[in-house]
Amino acid sequence: MADKVLMKGNEALAEAAIQAGCRHYFGYPITPQTEVAAYMAKRMPKIGGCFLQAESEIAAINMVYGVASAGKRVMTSSSSPGISLKEEGISYLAGADLPAFIVNVQRGGPGLGGIQPSQSDYFQSTRGGGHGDYHIIVLAPSSVQEMADLTVKGFDLADEYRMPAMVLADGTMGQMMEPVTMGSYQPKTVEKPWAVTGTRMQRPHNIVNSLYLNPEELERTNFERYARYAVIEQKEAMYEAFLMDDADICVTAFGIASRVSRNAVLAARAEGIKVGMLRPITLWPFPKAPFAEAADRVSAFISVELSMGQMIEDVELATRCKRPVYLCNRTGGMIPSPEQVLAKIKEIAGGLK
Amino acid sequence: MKTVFQKPKALTDAPLHYCPGCTHGIIHRLVAEAIDALGIEGNTVGVAPVGCAVMAYDYFSCDMVEAAHGRAPAVATGLKRAMPENIIFTYQGDGDLASIGMAETVHAATRNENITVIFVNNAIYGMTGGQMAPTSLPGQVTQTSPYGRDVKHCGYPVKVCEMLAQLEGPEYLARVAVNNVKNVLSAKKAIQKAFENQIAGKGFSLVEVISACPTNWGMTPQKALEWIDEKMIPYYPLGVYKDRSKEAGV
Repeated sequence: MADKVLMKGNEALAEAAIQAGCRHYFGYPITPQTEVAAYMAKRMPKIGGCFLQAESEIAAINMVYGVASAGKRVMTSSSSPGISLKEEGISYLAGADLPAFIVNVQRGGPGLGGIQPSQSDYFQSTRGGGHGDYHIIVLAPSSVQEMADLTVKGFDLADEYRMPAMVLADGTMGQMMEPVTMGSYQPKTVEKPWAVTGTRMQRPHNIVNSLYLNPEELERTNFERYARYAVIEQKEAMYEAFLMDDADICVTAFGIASRVSRNAVLAARAEGIKVGMLRPITLWPFPKAPFAEAADRVSAFISVELSMGQMIEDVELATRCKRPVYLCNRTGGMIPSPEQVLAKIKEIAGGLK
Repeated sequence: MKTVFQKPKALTDAPLHYCPGCTHGIIHRLVAEAIDALGIEGNTVGVAPVGCAVMAYDYFSCDMVEAAHGRAPAVATGLKRAMPENIIFTYQGDGDLASIGMAETVHAATRNENITVIFVNNAIYGMTGGQMAPTSLPGQVTQTSPYGRDVKHCGYPVKVCEMLAQLEGPEYLARVAVNNVKNVLSAKKAIQKAFENQIAGKGFSLVEVISACPTNWGMTPQKALEWIDEKMIPYYPLGVYKDRSKEAGV
């Protein structure tokens, strides 16, 4: 299916996972990502794959741990409260250096929160999420096409760096329909000599484990893991720069917030305000370089978020607080309107004059 | 010279860390003997628990995975679904299987997941120093039930085989003990059957092994073995609780 087809974000993501070679899906029902499971339930039995509805999010992520240990591509999807439950397992995946693909179609929180779109799991996902020293790769799509493309990318990065990768979407990304092109993916094939596939009496036993009772050994594994993270930060950070060449003000946003912000930037440009946008595509690794560079040229940043302001801290860190970073936000399942963002741009531009 | 006794091939040369008088060593041996007898070592993946047997991954020669506390049946489910031709077993204690991992246990059983579960019930949390387990007996003194387990306050012990036997799913549920030669021989048969069931594709087979913890029970090894006969077995009767091949008249 190399032709353009109209698909829901959640379904495009599921189909892309299958095209990436994923044949094992485990999940537990939660709004607003049920289309992923429904798609997998329909498709997996037809292609010799396995869809299994687990008894809980905790069981699902541990089934993922089992398949990942066997060296096969595997995924789970959930939404914010369910991801919190999976965090124990994600920490174990990171500790055992296992590749896995996880989807968080975020909803408002904390607690049971709501079911409307949100970006308030930014801290949770970009700081690891569970206990211990670790990161996961976090990809933030802003279109249905990216829901698909970043899924394939996520599987590849997870295998290459032996760590979990997550698509951090939101209810809007999951539910909206757009034309999407798939079918020409060439997923990477990565050798997995560490996998527990049975010794065949040909080699010493493999052990998948995150327990190190000797603190020196545990420290060494953490140092090694962070050396790998440094390579990822160097090589894998992705972002989009939009109208940034002559910008005085830099709007920054990811996911649905970037769609809203793009309209606001265009509207502001129409009124003669020199504003551009930096859109992080990887949230971890955060694309620090373009922000550091922009901080030398622009007068201010505006972080547009569906949260009480979480990515804004990474912007401040990446720019070393050289320029003021303002927050323009809604939360709890509310989405900022282009008018709200435009008003913020005008307010900041007015203050600059 | 004729060899009359040797270590099973499915055990590594790593020295076991278990306390003197602990019967985990016997149970490890029985599992390894079954793997040897069936010639499945090269095809087997074991899942170690959190608890006293946490380092079982160093002791079995087959490929091993260390699971989070209680999650071994879910990890085993993933392994089996990924590699249906491999033999997958879990080795779990009472806290792991019957407390924090109860949901994973019940649902793996009701799905009749084609795995083998070795459940070591010694009525106490050993690794953390002797706290009350879901299987601690009424009145049993532990670090967290210093006046004896008061069933009015913290409820009754969980009888895992009896409970799971109510489910339609599981293939085979048996309770054995390893406190004397006769019981060890029965345990060996049950454990081997639990592996044979998986090879035959029959489904979820769990063997509950009543085991001694002299250290945390505060007894000599000899007294601990006697306590199994006096206190444990009357509360947890030995026997086969479910065997679908028998039900079907096979």
